[in-house]
Amino acid sequence: MSFLGLLVRNRLAFAGLVVMLVIVVLALVTPLLPLADPDVTDTANRFKRPFAASVILGTDHLGRDLLSRLLWGVRLSLAVGFASALIAAAIGAAIGIIAGFYGGRTDNVIMRGVDMLMAFPYILLALAIVASLGPGLINALIAVAAVNIPFFARNIRGVTVSIAHTEFVDAARLSGMGDARIILTEILPNVVPVIVIAMSTTVGWMILETAGLSFLGLGSQPPQADLGSMLGEARSALITNPHTSIVPGAMILVIVMSINLLGDGVRDALDPRLRSGALSRPMPSTLVRREEPVPAKETSALLALSGLKTQFHSNGRIHKAVGGVDLYVRPGECVGVVGESGSGKSVTALSVMGLVASPPGVITAGAAHFSGQDLIGANYETLRRLRGDRVAYIFQDPLTALHPLYTVGAQLVEAIRVHHAMPRAKAREHAVELLESVRIPNAEERLDGYPHELSGGMRQRVGIAMALANDPELIIADEPTTSLDVTVQAQILSLLSELQRERGLAIIFITHDFGVVAQLCNRVAVMYAGRIVEEGPTDAILNAPAHPYTARLMACVPELGRGRHRLAAIPGLPPVLDGLPEGCAFAERCHKAKEACRTGEIALTANAVQRAVRCIDPEFRTADAAR
Amino acid sequence: MTAALEVTELYKTFAVGKRLIGPPRAHVRAVQPLTLTINKGETLGIVGESGCGKSTLARMLVGLLEPSGGQIKIEGEPLNTADPAAFGRRIQYVFQDPVSSLNPRRTIRQIMEAPLKHLHGMSKAARARRIAEIFSAVNLRLDFLDRYPHEFSGGQAQRIVIGRALAADARILVLDEPVSALDVSIQAQVLNLLSDLKEKFDLTYLFISHDLAVVEAISDRIAVLYFGSVVEIGPAIQVFSQPRHPYTKLLAESAPVVGRPLTAPEGRETELPDPHNPPQGCAFRARCSRALSQCGLERPELVREGADRIIACHNSL
Amino acid sequence: MADYILKRLVSAIPVLLGISIIVFLIMAMIPGDPAMAILGSYATPENVEKLNRDLGLDKPLVQRYFIWLGNMLQGDFGRSFSLNRAVLHEVLERFNATLVLAGTSFVICSVLGVAAGTVSAARQYGLADKAITFAVLLGISIPSFFLGMMMILVFAVNLRWFPVSGMWPIYGERDLPSLISHLTLPAMVLAAVATGVIARLSRSAMLEVLRQDFIRTARAKGVHERSVIWRHALRAAMVSIIPVLGVQAGFVLSGAVYVEIVFQWPGVGRMLVDAILKRDILLVQGGVVFVAACYVMFNLAVDLAQSLLDPRIKT
Repeated sequence: MSFLGLLVRNRLAFAGLVVMLVIVVLALVTPLLPLADPDVTDTANRFKRPFAASVILGTDHLGRDLLSRLLWGVRLSLAVGFASALIAAAIGAAIGIIAGFYGGRTDNVIMRGVDMLMAFPYILLALAIVASLGPGLINALIAVAAVNIPFFARNIRGVTVSIAHTEFVDAARLSGMGDARIILTEILPNVVPVIVIAMSTTVGWMILETAGLSFLGLGSQPPQADLGSMLGEARSALITNPHTSIVPGAMILVIVMSINLLGDGVRDALDPRLRSGALSRPMPSTLVRREEPVPAKETSALLALSGLKTQFHSNGRIHKAVGGVDLYVRPGECVGVVGESGSGKSVTALSVMGLVASPPGVITAGAAHFSGQDLIGANYETLRRLRGDRVAYIFQDPLTALHPLYTVGAQLVEAIRVHHAMPRAKAREHAVELLESVRIPNAEERLDGYPHELSGGMRQRVGIAMALANDPELIIADEPTTSLDVTVQAQILSLLSELQRERGLAIIFITHDFGVVAQLCNRVAVMYAGRIVEEGPTDAILNAPAHPYTARLMACVPELGRGRHRLAAIPGLPPVLDGLPEGCAFAERCHKAKEACRTGEIALTANAVQRAVRCIDPEFRTADAAR
Repeated sequence: MTAALEVTELYKTFAVGKRLIGPPRAHVRAVQPLTLTINKGETLGIVGESGCGKSTLARMLVGLLEPSGGQIKIEGEPLNTADPAAFGRRIQYVFQDPVSSLNPRRTIRQIMEAPLKHLHGMSKAARARRIAEIFSAVNLRLDFLDRYPHEFSGGQAQRIVIGRALAADARILVLDEPVSALDVSIQAQVLNLLSDLKEKFDLTYLFISHDLAVVEAISDRIAVLYFGSVVEIGPAIQVFSQPRHPYTKLLAESAPVVGRPLTAPEGRETELPDPHNPPQGCAFRARCSRALSQCGLERPELVREGADRIIACHNSL
Repeated sequence: MADYILKRLVSAIPVLLGISIIVFLIMAMIPGDPAMAILGSYATPENVEKLNRDLGLDKPLVQRYFIWLGNMLQGDFGRSFSLNRAVLHEVLERFNATLVLAGTSFVICSVLGVAAGTVSAARQYGLADKAITFAVLLGISIPSFFLGMMMILVFAVNLRWFPVSGMWPIYGERDLPSLISHLTLPAMVLAAVATGVIARLSRSAMLEVLRQDFIRTARAKGVHERSVIWRHALRAAMVSIIPVLGVQAGFVLSGAVYVEIVFQWPGVGRMLVDAILKRDILLVQGGVVFVAACYVMFNLAVDLAQSLLDPRIKT
C-alpha cells in the first residue's frame, strides 16, 4: 500500500494531518486576512473578554487584538519549529552517516563528541547558548537546533552502521562503486525514512522547546510575539484574565498534538516492521474461531489432530498456513513432520498448545485431542496447566528461546515449580539432575551461568532439560537441531533418541531434513502448502515414496557419498498461501499432473498398510489398501 | 593447468577490546596462515562448521577485508590491497542471503547496471544488451528488471545476485553458502544453474558451505577447515568416503544420512576450542580419539600425501 | 564489580572535562566585553581594564580555561556580581530545591510511566491501552508551563487545594506537610511530560519483547500470564527502558526550569534564567557546569544499574 494510503487509513493520523493543514494554511494567509495590526497597543481596551464586541478572542494587557497576535504568533512558532527541525536533522544526519559509514576512529571521535553534548540536560546547553548569543528568536532557534543535533546524529549513526554492514553495500563495493557513490545511492535512500520518522516525531517537541525559550523571555523579543512569549507575557495576568493565557496555550497544545498524531502516523507508515503489523503482542494463547463442526475423537492415540486449520489474518489477507491436518502420535512413538519452509509444519506443531502468535494467527477448524481432551478451544488455564507439564516444547534457536537475563538454574527451577509446588532448594536439586541427564558437564556450576555463556549445543541441551523438567508424555520439537553444526547436531540427536527410549517419550519432530527423520522417527508425515501429502512408517516412505512430491523432494536432496552429480530439481515455486489453487497444490510443479488434479478436494487415502497419500495417481498403490 | 587463484600464507587477526588510544587488549586469529591453489575451471569446495573462518577467508579473497598478512594472486597477478573495485573485475562474491544482498530501494535494473557502469564503463545500449544476455543465462525474465527486490522469492533473488556477479565479467566466483538460505527444492535448481553457468562461461568456483552433501555434489576438490586452518584437501569423491583427517571423519559420520543408524560419533560432549584462548598444538586434539602426545605440543603442518591429498595430522587415518 | 565501578568512574573524567570545555567555549564566545555588562553605567575605560585584569580576562584563552578549571576544582566557582555572593553557595542552595522537585517528579514518572506502558502493551488495543495512549499523547503535547498555569488556575486559585506558588509558606512552619502541599502541583506538572515519554517507550519495548522467542518458551513452560508479563517480559524490557530513564532524568531537570518559573520554586533553573537575563556570566557558567556534572554522575549510576540487570554487559 502506498505511503499516503497507509496514512489516510490511520484515522488519528489523518485527523492530525487535517488540523495541521488548516493551521498551516491559516498561517500562510495571515498577512492577507483583514486583521488588526498585532503590535498596535490600545491600553483603553485592555483585557477585553473573548467574543466582546469586534474582538473575537479579546485583547491582551496592552489592548492588542489577541486573534491577530495569535495568528502571527502561530506563523512565527511554526516557522521556527520547522526550521530548527530541518537544521538539526540535516546536520545531525550528516554527522551520523559519516560516523556510521566510516566507523573506526572517525566514528569514535565524532561519537565521543556527541556523547559529550548529550551529557548535558538539554536545556542547560540551550540556556548556555542563548546566554552567550543573547536573547532573540533566531538565537533560540539556533540553540534548539544545536541541542537536537546529537539526538539525530546518534539515531542516524545507528541505522547507518547496520546498513553499512549489509551485504548489498559489500556488493556495491564489488561493483566498483566508491565511498561517495555508495553513501548517496546505497545508504542515503535507506536512511531517509529514518530521518523522516525522527523528524516527524520531534518537530512537535522542537516547537514546544522554542516556545519554552520564548516563554522564559529568551526567545522572541517584544513587540514581536510567538506563542511562547504571548504566554509568558500573559502569565502575570493569569489569575485576573486567564483568557490571555488560555488562548496561546491551547493553540500550542492543538498544534503540537496534531503534529504528534501525524508524526505517529508517518512513523507507522514508514517503519517496515510496523507496516507488516509485526508490532502486535501475541496473546497468551492462539485465537480460536472454529466455524466448522468440531471433529469427534477417533483414535486412542496420545495426541490426535483432526482437520486442523490455522490461518494468518493480516492486512485483509488470509494465509492458510495449515489447511486441514490429521496427525496422531501414540505413546512412546516418534513422529517426524517433514516439509519445506511455508509448508505449515511449525505452525501445526505450535497450534497444538495454542502457541501460534495471535494476532495474526487464528485456528479456524479442527481438534487436537490429547488423552481424550480437545485442546483447541480449551480455556487458557487448562492449556497452561498442560503446557510444560504433560506436553513440552523444544524450539529451534536455543539462544533466543532462553531468557537472556535469568540464569539457567532460575529458568529450570521455574519450569518445575510452576507445575509442582516444592521448596526452591529441592527444585534446584532436581534441576541439577536434569542437566546431568542431558549430559552437561559440571551441572551444578552451569546452573548459575547465563545462557549467553554457553555454546549453541549446550544451550540446546538446556532447552531439552527444560522440556524434560516435569516428565512430559509428549515433546514437540520444532527443528531443534537446524541452527546447530553437524557434529553438535549428531550429539543432540543421539541424546534425544536415547532419552526417548529410556523414558518412553512420545515425540513430534519437525524438520526439513530427511536424513534426520530417517535416523530418529518411527513414522513420518510429509507436508506441502499446509497439508499432509503423505504419511506412514519412515522406512516404507523413504524406500518407496508414493506422492510425487515426496519422491521428487527426496531426489533433489544431494546424497553424501555420490560424489559430483547433477540434482533432479523440482521446477517452479511453492504456491503462495494466500491464494492456494484448487485441487492439488503441487499440480503446478508435478510432471504427472492432469486435469483432474486441478479440480475438487483430493483426500488423504490409504494406499498401503498403515500408509496414506493425498494423490489421485500415486507412485504405487497396494491391492489390499485400495479396497 | 594454470592457477586461477593462489593464496599464500594468508591470515587474518581481529583486534578485540579496541581502545581509543593504544593497542587493543587482545587479538583473535580468525584465519591461520593458509595456503591454497584453485585451478582454472575448477570448483573447490570449502567445508567447515561455524566459526572455522570460512567467511573471513572469502571476504579477504574478494578484497572486502584486508588480510593481516600473506599474499593473494588472481590469475597470476598479486592483489594485496583491500580494494573491492580492483578485485571486482576478476573475482566476484555471491552472498548467503540473497534478500539482504540486494538494496531494497533500487530496481533490479539499477542493481544489474552498477557493475557494468562502474567496472566496465559501458554505454547504455551495451549495458542493455549485456543484461539481456545474462538474464537469459540465469533463466530470468526481462520484465523483472523494473521491479524491486522484495517482489522476488529467495530462489529468484539468488539468481539475480548470481547474475550481478556475472555482469562484472569476473572469471572467478566466491560462493559463500549460496544455497543455505533456500529450501531444498529451490536449492537444487540453483545448484544446477551454477553448474550450467560454469560450463557456459568457463568459470572457476570457490564454493563455501557447511552442508557436506551439497559441497560434495558440486565440487571437484574439497578443503576442510577447522578453527581457522585447512586440515585436509582432496578430491570431492574421496574426502568424505575415505577421510584421512580425524575431523573430516567426524564430520562425515555426523551428517545424517538416510539408511544409516543413529550413533553419536563422539563419545565426549565436546565442542570448538575458545578462540580467545587457543590451544597449543593441534586445535582438534581435545576432540580427537587418535590424539598422540605430540599433538599437544606441535601444530601439524599440511603435508602432501599421494597425488592429490593434503593433510595436516600427526596420526592420520 | 568494584573494578567495573572504578572503570566507569574513571571513564567519567574525560566527559566532565569535555563538559567544562564546552561550557567554557560557549561562554568565551560572548560578544562584547563582559566587564562592560558587569559595570554597566560605571564602565569607564580604567574601570573596565581593571576588572578585566581582576577577572583574568586579559590572559590567553587556554590559560584562562586552566585557571578557571583549577579554581573550580578547589571549589571556587567565582562570585556572582548580581547577587554579590559566592557562586557555589548560591548554586548549592538552589540545587537542593531543584533536587527535591525533580527527584520527586522523577520517581513519579518512572513508576507511573513503566507501569502504564506495561499495562498498555499487555492489553494492546484494549480499553486501558487506548486510554493510556490518549493520556500519553496529551502529556507529550502540552507545554509544561501552560499545564502548570492551568493547574494553578484550577487547583490553587479556584479549588484552593494547594498553594499557588513557592516552596515554603511565607509565614509558618517549614515542615514536611507544608512542603508536600507546595510540592504536589509542580511535581505533578513536571512528571506529566516525562511520564508520557516513558510510558510510550515502555509500551513499545514491551511489545518488542513480547514477540521474542523466550516469551513463547515461558508460555510453553506453562508460566502464568501475569508472570510472563511482569517477570519475563518486563525484566527484558527494562534493559531498553533504563537508558531511557537516564535520558528522561535530563528532561525532568530541563523541564524543572519552566516549572520553577511558573511556580516560583527557588531552584537552580530559575536562578539560571535570571542570571542570563542579568548577564551574570559566572553564575550561569558555574550553575551549568555543576548541574551537568551531577547529571553525568546520575547517568553513571544508571549504567551501573543496567550492568546489574544485564549479565551480558561485561563487568
